[in-house]
Amino acid sequence: MSDSEQGETRERETVLTRLLGPSGDVLGCEECFIELDRYVELDVASLDPDRHVPGMRAHLEGCPACAEDFQSLKALLESEPRRP
Amino acid sequence: MTMPTEIPAGDPASPSADDSRLWLERLGASGPRRDAAIVELHALLLKAARFEIDRRRASLPHLRGDDWEDLAHESAADALSALLAKLGDFRGEARFTTWAYKFALLEASVKTRRRGWQGREIPIADDAWARLADTSVTAGAHVEDTELMEALRQEMTGTLTKRQREVLVAVTLNDVPIDVLAERLETTRGALYKTLHDARRKLRIALAERGFRIDGTREEAS
Ligand SMILES: [Zn+2]
Repeated sequence: MSDSEQGETRERETVLTRLLGPSGDVLGCEECFIELDRYVELDVASLDPDRHVPGMRAHLEGCPACAEDFQSLKALLESEPRRP
Repeated sequence: MTMPTEIPAGDPASPSADDSRLWLERLGASGPRRDAAIVELHALLLKAARFEIDRRRASLPHLRGDDWEDLAHESAADALSALLAKLGDFRGEARFTTWAYKFALLEASVKTRRRGWQGREIPIADDAWARLADTSVTAGAHVEDTELMEALRQEMTGTLTKRQREVLVAVTLNDVPIDVLAERLETTRGALYKTLHDARRKLRIALAERGFRIDGTREEAS
């Protein structure tokens, strides 16, 4: 496959991924907001957030706005000195 | 949805319990004790709002310094009201400060996104959609891909309602933030996400019925 063909295939896959979203997205934005603080703390502490909050990752993959809010809260916590 | 929290002892997220209890106790008090807690809380929310707005500065080059500061203060004030109304929902599963931050970040991100789209026309027409149909007939595309894209095109027209198609295309292909679209369509982010979710589910079911394996394709893409 040539580079341009690969590029086109990637573009189509991106379009497909964006349109169809992840499978298993069962959370809505409200539930995502409710779980966000706990999910981010577990994520920052590398404590397997996806086991504790099932469905969250799929929602973040499918919802750009919640994904941005997740990134922001994570960045804010990481910008602070760790508590004793 | 409530899942059991299993934060092990000694975890960096856990020594917050006393802090959180103290916050709740002070906010539940009356008089100067509560007033002092509110002032501290507002400062915390303002810090988070400024943090968020700083992250988004590049997306709004035309705003002046005062505008940014106004936006941060509006966000902190709205976040404080929202938080106090939801104080009873705090379950202590994260630090109180983390729980508080998310209110300020949400207010600031929504306000900044809306400011960024102020006066701009929302691309809700099916422009991106037409390009999608074009790419599927580009020379060199694999037959399977072409068939899948053509099926998708047909199902988007045949299976989705006009509203579902517009919301799906605006948010996923034209990068319109969901809360900006919600404001323009006079609905909520949650309701729009449901529209998006229903549209995606219908497409997935329709494509599966035609024999396409969607998640195989999706895995390769990520
Ligand atoms: Zn969401």
